[in-house]
This record gives sequence, structure tokens and C-alpha cells, in this order.
Amino acid sequence: MTDITDHTAADSDAPLWSRLARRMQANWRVIITIIPFAWLFLFFLFPFFIVAKISLAEVIIASPPFSRMIEWTDGGIMTIRLVFDNFTYILTDNLYFNTYVNSLKISVTSTIICLLFGYPIAYGIVRSGPVAKPILLFTIILPFWTSFLLRVYAWMGLLADQGTINNLLISLGLIDEPIRMLYTEFAVYVGIVYTYMPFMILPLYANMEKLDLSLNEAAADLGSRPTNTFFRVTLPLTIPGIIAGSLLVFIPATGEYVIPDLLGGGNVQMIGRVLFNEFSRNTDWPVAAAVAIVLLFLLVLPIIIFQYYQGKASEAG
Amino acid sequence: MGGEEEARAEPARNTGTDEPFVQIKGVTKKFGDVTAVDNVDLDIQRGELFCLLGGSGCGKTTLLRMLAGFEFPQAGTISIDGIDMSEVPAYERPTNMMFQSYALFPHMSVEKNIAFGLQQDRIPRSEIADRVHDILKLVELQDYKKRKPQQLSGGQRQRVALARALVKEPKLLLLDEPLAALDKKLRKQTQFELANIQEQVGVTFIVVTHDQEEAMTLSTRMAVMNAGRFEQIGTSTEIYEFPQSRFVADFIGSANIFEGRVVEDSADHVRVETDLCEIYINHGQSVAKGSQIWVALRPEKIYLSKNAPEKPGPNQATGMVDDIGYLGDTSIYKIRMDNGLILDVTAPNQIRPMSRTHAITWEDKVYLSWEPASAMLLNS
Repeated sequence: MTDITDHTAADSDAPLWSRLARRMQANWRVIITIIPFAWLFLFFLFPFFIVAKISLAEVIIASPPFSRMIEWTDGGIMTIRLVFDNFTYILTDNLYFNTYVNSLKISVTSTIICLLFGYPIAYGIVRSGPVAKPILLFTIILPFWTSFLLRVYAWMGLLADQGTINNLLISLGLIDEPIRMLYTEFAVYVGIVYTYMPFMILPLYANMEKLDLSLNEAAADLGSRPTNTFFRVTLPLTIPGIIAGSLLVFIPATGEYVIPDLLGGGNVQMIGRVLFNEFSRNTDWPVAAAVAIVLLFLLVLPIIIFQYYQGKASEAG
Repeated sequence: MGGEEEARAEPARNTGTDEPFVQIKGVTKKFGDVTAVDNVDLDIQRGELFCLLGGSGCGKTTLLRMLAGFEFPQAGTISIDGIDMSEVPAYERPTNMMFQSYALFPHMSVEKNIAFGLQQDRIPRSEIADRVHDILKLVELQDYKKRKPQQLSGGQRQRVALARALVKEPKLLLLDEPLAALDKKLRKQTQFELANIQEQVGVTFIVVTHDQEEAMTLSTRMAVMNAGRFEQIGTSTEIYEFPQSRFVADFIGSANIFEGRVVEDSADHVRVETDLCEIYINHGQSVAKGSQIWVALRPEKIYLSKNAPEKPGPNQATGMVDDIGYLGDTSIYKIRMDNGLILDVTAPNQIRPMSRTHAITWEDKVYLSWEPASAMLLNS
């Protein structure tokens, strides 16, 4: 490719084949940029509009179970019906509001826990030797080789009243009565932190791997003790990794359905469960769609903040 | 080795104190099976600009890092200003280092990079501002203090790194290939600037470099390193004019090296028989008669002529021009000698080539000669 560019750049009276090649190259650039746009349109924007359309409909007993947005009356007159009741309903009803707040509380807390554990883990991996590093990285990715659902079921077995942990503690004589862990918020935290930890560690690792170790030496050389160096040099330079990892944990954790359902039972209300219930048990697609849309906006907000920060950072850089 | 060279260099630069400012004694550093620094001794006086010169992997950077406190020797001691540094971590040493990569903090402005070291010493804010201002003036970067390192050119970054290391007024400044990242022209200019700054601030500098020209321009003294040891320590002139080993003769500048046998050794001269010609040396070097020895001859010390010398004698040889390298200011001539050996000879181009009717050209038969003081005896 570069070879061709060099030729065309060198002389304007290029032979036919080279002009053709150049045009091909220009077209390739268009084709290559179209692919991500097409992908986003087909699998994100288009479905989003369908969901948005459903959220503005009324529930009816039919298949599909919602009213049409555009109707043609006799004589070819088109009427558009937009119903905002679903939004006013979920934004005024305390159940939905509390569930959103609870979801955010759980996902934010889980993100912080993941960060507190993930940061030193990522740092340790970056600093480990050439033999240990690939092994450690492998063990971080290893859980993905087993089905996510299976791993959550395994946690049920561990946390249950008659589960492995309680049995072990009782047999050791540390407790008499089993500690209630399954179907509590604690179990949900365990599940989310366990599941999403790699999503925190990997971006942090990628970020820290690029850090120039001579910066730490330079700081020490200028009289900075190791803790001070961490807070003034290492931490500020790993902010992009912290943000990326936090978003990768926070976003899916907020909408999480399986973990609160299996590990939290009915005791932990998260928005993913509400959405599922509206959709499948109540068959209220429009309300379910409205719940999804509100959730989307809740999640898009931090991404916009992140983009803004990144834009500013790259502007400075 | 290095003891006697030391003695020779000392009288000229004795600074009055008895104890050397930096004292390296029997220092050895190994990385696994590799010995990076092998039992070296070195004394450096206060106010010197000392260069550690050597090829990559010779141990010069390791030695510098041990002075900075990033590495600790397995054997031997390093003391700076009379204080043993064995137990002193990098952040408590009276040294500052300028890194080869500069290691500027990318998230801090020029100003903050420079202030960082002063903040560690809990110096009052107003004094920090003053000192940062002064040092920025010294390196002529006043207008760039708000910029981030990425927004600076290579030369500007280099000066920020120097300012950051100098602002703490260290007793000893360590510079790791300070000019390697600059292009040739800027490098030459900065060499002199660096030497000027060193004179102005009077701090002892230790510079690691692989560039012999840099070492020669900058240093008051230098040590040539090879395989973790010092080959020779001395001033630029001493090292260039009297290299002690084949390695030094070859590493510093270029040299034509012959093997020969000493046929006469008297008080004021030595005669060496080589299969090229007899070499007569009168600068006082002395070797036992009959010993096999290496003799080095710098290419620029050989006269080249198309005319035969008036009377035959030692230090004369004949050959044929095999190749010419035109460098602008000088030309390098590759001369195939009668015995098949190829000798390098450099000559200044004082006359324009096109107007030279008597110019030496390819396939010319040429006569080589040199002064009796030109050839050098190598010990090893």
C-alpha cells in the first residue's frame, strides 16, 4: 500500500495502473469507515429506535402487545400516536425510582470495590517477572472459559445456608448457626465484584504497562519517597485506565439481571430484574422499553463525561 | 588498572582537598551471570566534568545508576563527599540525574516538572518560584514554562531535564547520554552549552556517553570502559595521544595498528621493526628490547605525497591509493601498502579538488611518512 502511495506522490503523470490503484485506495478508505458505521446502525441505532418506538406506545392485548405508532385511517390520512404515559409512570412511581437508585448504589459500590482490589492486582502483574506475567494474566482471563451462568450457580453453592462456606465454618466450630449470605445484598456484591473484576484489571494493566518506569526513578532521584511518588506520578498517569476499567464495570453492573436474580433472590431490587418482570411476567412491553430507555440515559451520562475528559486530555497532549 | 593514569592526571587538577569527591572502591555489579561492572576503582575530584565512555553494554550506565542509587553494588563501596552511600536510598542522595529518555513527567507542565524536586525538600513556595524562574532563565525556557513536555521539541525537553536536575543544586549531577536524542547539529551546539553551564554552576558532572567526540569536547577527564572495567583514565589529550591499549586506540578516533618487535630501547627513543617499515619513536615511551608490541598510528598524522622523500629512513612507506572517501573538510585515503596491508590516511582538503592538478587520485603511487613523535606504543 505504502509503495503505491509513494509512486503517486512522486509524479502526477503516473501511469494508468498507478492512478487506478490510487482511486482504489481512496475507495478502500470509504469502505473501511463504512463498516463500523453500518455495524453501529444495524445493531445499535436501529434496535434503539425500535425500543424507543415501543416505549412511546400503549400496552394492548395483541401480538405484538403494543399499539402502533403510525396508523392509516380511511382515505389515506396518517395519524401518529405518541404516548408519554410510560415515562411519567416510571419516573413518578417510587418503586422504579428506588430501584434505579438501588441499582446505581450497587453498581457504584461494586465499581469502587473492583478498583480497590483491581488496582494493586494490575500493578502487581505489571511489575511481575517475565515468567510470572503471562501466567498471572492467563489466570485473570481463565474464568471466561467457563460459562458465566455456571460460575454464578457455583457461587450459590458456596454461599447457601447449607453451602460450602457455612459447612466449613460450622465443622471448624467457628459458628453454630449458618450465616445467611445467599439472597442478600452481600451475595450480589460478591457476584458482581467477582464477575467484573477482569474488566477492571485488564484496562488498568494495559494502561500501567505503558508507564515509563524511569519516571518513578526520576521522582525518587528528585527526593520523592515511594508513597509520594505513587500519588503524584503513578496515580495521575493511570487515570485513563481507572476511568476505562470503572466504566467497563459500572455500565454492565447497573443493568445486571442474572446476578441479582440468582444471588439476591427477591430481596435485592435491581433495574434489570424489574425490566425483565415488566417484559415477560406483565407482558408490558412499552413500560419495559421505557425502563430500558431511562437506564440507557443513566448510563450514557458517565460516558459523555468520560469522552469530555478524554477529549480534554488529548487536547492537552 | 588505572592507578598510574590517575597519578598522571592528578597534579594538573588537584582542587586542594585531599579526599576525592566521589570515591568508587572495588565496585562490582552482576546481573545474573553477567558482570556489568567488574571490580572498578575511580576517584573524581570536586568540580570535574568526568565522562564515562564506552560502547553499549560496557557497564557505564550501570555504574552511573549505582551512583544515583537505583542499583546497589554487590561488592565495594561508593562514597560521595566523604559519605558512604551503601545504605542511602536514591531519594536521600545528594545527586540528581538527567535521564537518557529525560523521564519528564508527562502530566506536569515544564514549571511543575522543575518544581517537583524542590517541593520534596519542603522549600517555601515563594523560594521555589524564584529558583524555578532562575533556572528557566539559565536554560532559556522562560516562555515555555506552562507547556507540557509533549509540546516541546527534543532540544527543549533536554533543557527541561537539565533544569529539573540542576535546580536542586545537587553536589553531583549524573547525566546519562544527555545528548543522544538530539540531532547532530543541535548536539554539537548543546555540548558547548552544557560545558558552559557546568562552569557557571560549578557542580561536579559525571556524564555517560558512547560518543567519543562528545566525551572529548565535554570532559575534563574521562574513563574509557570496556566489559565492565576501565581501559584507561585520563584527559582527552592523554587518551587520544597516548592510548594504552589496542581497545582504546581503536575506540577513540581511528588508528592504524601494526605488530612489531622492539629492536632498540634507549633513553630518548625506541625503534620497532614491523613488516611495513622501521618505526622510530622519540616521545619517551619505553619498552624492553626484543618484546613483541602493537604500534598505533593515527590517520591524520601521516603525510601523503606523490614525491619520494629526499633520503630514505625510518617512518617511511610506499603504497597505492585504493579508495578515497571525500568528507568535505577532509578526505580519507585507503592506501594499499606494498605488503598488502591497507592503511587509513586523512588529509585536509585545503585546495579545491577541481583545481588540483597535483591531486592524489585512485591508483596513484604514494609515499607515506610521519614524525618520530607520531606513532604510539600500546601496552596490550
